[in-house]
Amino acid sequence: MYQYTDFDTRFVKLRAAQHRDQLERWQAGQLSDDEFRPLRLQNGWYVQRYAPMLRVAVPYGELSSAQVRVLATIARDYDRPDPALLAEAQAIQDRISPVPAPRLTAGYAHFTTRQNVQFNWIPLDRSADVMDLLASVHLHGIQTSGNCIRNITSDERAGIAVDEVADPRPFAEILRQWSTLHPEFAFLPRKFKIAITGATEDRAATAWHDVGLHLIRSDGEATHGVAAGELGFKVLVGGGMGRTPVIASTIREFLPWHQIMNYLEAVVRVYNRWGRRDNMYKARIKILVKAEGQRYIDEVEAEYRDILERDGAPHTISQAELDRVTASFVPPTLGQRAGVSAEQADRQLRQAIDADPLFSRWVARNVAPHQNPALRTVTLSFKRPGQAPGDATADQLDVAADLADRYSAGEVRVNHDQNLVLPWVAAADLHALYTAARAAAFASPNVHLLTDMIACPGGDYCALANARSIPVAAAITERYQDLDELDDLGEIDLHISGCINSCGHHHSGHIGILGVDKDGKEWYQVTLGGSDGSDLGGPALAGKVVGPSFSAAEVPDVIEAILNTYRNLRQNMDGRHETFITTLRRVRHEAFKAAANGARHAPLHSHAEA
Amino acid sequence: MKIIANNDQNTLASGQKVIEIQNHVDPRTVDLVGVDRIDLHFPKFTDGRAYSQAFLLRRRLGFKGEIRATGDVLIDQLVQMQRSGFDSAVLRAGVDASAAQRQFERFSAFYQGDAVTPAPRFAREAA
Repeated sequence: MYQYTDFDTRFVKLRAAQHRDQLERWQAGQLSDDEFRPLRLQNGWYVQRYAPMLRVAVPYGELSSAQVRVLATIARDYDRPDPALLAEAQAIQDRISPVPAPRLTAGYAHFTTRQNVQFNWIPLDRSADVMDLLASVHLHGIQTSGNCIRNITSDERAGIAVDEVADPRPFAEILRQWSTLHPEFAFLPRKFKIAITGATEDRAATAWHDVGLHLIRSDGEATHGVAAGELGFKVLVGGGMGRTPVIASTIREFLPWHQIMNYLEAVVRVYNRWGRRDNMYKARIKILVKAEGQRYIDEVEAEYRDILERDGAPHTISQAELDRVTASFVPPTLGQRAGVSAEQADRQLRQAIDADPLFSRWVARNVAPHQNPALRTVTLSFKRPGQAPGDATADQLDVAADLADRYSAGEVRVNHDQNLVLPWVAAADLHALYTAARAAAFASPNVHLLTDMIACPGGDYCALANARSIPVAAAITERYQDLDELDDLGEIDLHISGCINSCGHHHSGHIGILGVDKDGKEWYQVTLGGSDGSDLGGPALAGKVVGPSFSAAEVPDVIEAILNTYRNLRQNMDGRHETFITTLRRVRHEAFKAAANGARHAPLHSHAEA
Repeated sequence: MKIIANNDQNTLASGQKVIEIQNHVDPRTVDLVGVDRIDLHFPKFTDGRAYSQAFLLRRRLGFKGEIRATGDVLIDQLVQMQRSGFDSAVLRAGVDASAAQRQFERFSAFYQGDAVTPAPRFAREAA
């Protein structure tokens, strides 16, 4: 992991002190609500449906066990609403729900699709104390909200993926530093999200970001302008979800690695000048890139040339700086398993797999290969009945920290699917880890299966939501608890958002569910055929709506009808079923749409079309 | 950074040539010959176009005169204004200036370069 310098440490503490100063001025009436709002947002403090929400930045998803323990402390001691507030909130939730509403819970953290961590109940007057606590382990909420460059995300397998061209983490860290408190880019037209990958497979949904960066090797002078094998970036700009889903365009096929900050300065400066500020729904860079196309690209290239030639390219990354940052990311030295050779470990693992069918299932689903053949990448699943996707209680966080210490060199990663990844697990430790993870209920063998769904906090917590996500996720989770059935359905991305802001990434789900509001009631649109850009779904793509929206009670039946259609229509390929998304693409949407619409409880004319 | 209370702003030295550049105008298209002061306007403090304009004036065009922030100018944006090339700011009417100075004293350095200190921290450290 990145080793924070004295400067980094001091910087985060000063930022916490600055937040306290702003909070106190607001409390004293020296700052109005309107003036304080953008300031607290740029430290991750929202005010949500019932209480403030804190979003903690987790740079490229990496956390140390010490950081996880502080998150546990915050969940335990600060994510505590006043009992009267909780009761009032629950009463309101009960009123809007035709069936008993799920219990609102407190004392937990939530993992987001952008690898951050959120808390839902911390009173604003305790926010400065929480920032101090976070700063004690180099954590903060800098630029986790507001119209600025947000936390930079990356591949959950950065630095360990077997399909990796180059480790993206040193660049993610260099860009984190560059974007932190950038004076010129703190009040952009709209939020600005960067994702970076160094692998062949895109596990970071880069094409759905304002900027997506792919580390690649040059094909040679003729195509890429530098010698074959040199490292550089393919640069994508203008992706985004929201009410206008857009896949990012490639604006640079190859940019030498040391120029990435100079180039992004041009990308953002041109956006800051031309991005729309009259309509917040048209303010993202995707609208500008779509509207201007080549003109935007030409202006970026002209600005980039000026930065190089007239400004003297001040943000060129030196080899020394890359080396300094890269030195933080050397693989941890793992204690040799006493007396166990790699062959012995492999043999023991095979024996354990043969002896324990549940372990075998878990290894097949939740364990991935690693650059180091003696190691594995393990996903701890936070998708299980009784808890919302991506939620972890204080005790669960403490257990995760213990598992990281015992089995993963003290490191965990928050991934884009709202789970935790242990990146440094010895193959010889897999069975012991499995046993411990199972005891803690982190061992659902469902990674990438239907129940490993993405869902936002939705109308239970979020002020923006039109409908609740958590009860829908819970209903589908409860219906699909048979492991054989889940395995038979195979890998499938189900993504649920409670509103068009798309925090639950419904556009990129093979099946997407979007909460909409009609006459004060909750309705759900279902989309089919989206992709986040990973190998499973193919190039990034927005799903298409199957028809008028459904009631909450209908949604699980609609999902079941769609999945049954898949089972009826799928083909065998090499003795295996083709995946849901493959069948959908092959037979097209009509049969699936008909099945979905046929699962309505009431005839359509009695529904309000939403 | 010269911080000017709202009611003091019309203290124009005689003979000074002052121009205002609108937010939508590219400063590179403006004739700066003989200009002593350029006013850049913040219609709302959340509208950040003037930061880029100030950067271009100071850094790209090498403008040596005064660059002044006007409009919705608040305490908590003064440091980034100064870093982007502004050297004076007229606070919005009613803003209490007492908390301003300590904002400049808080951070001793930043990661990235800016209009005043062009090189990023890692390059300055190495030099």
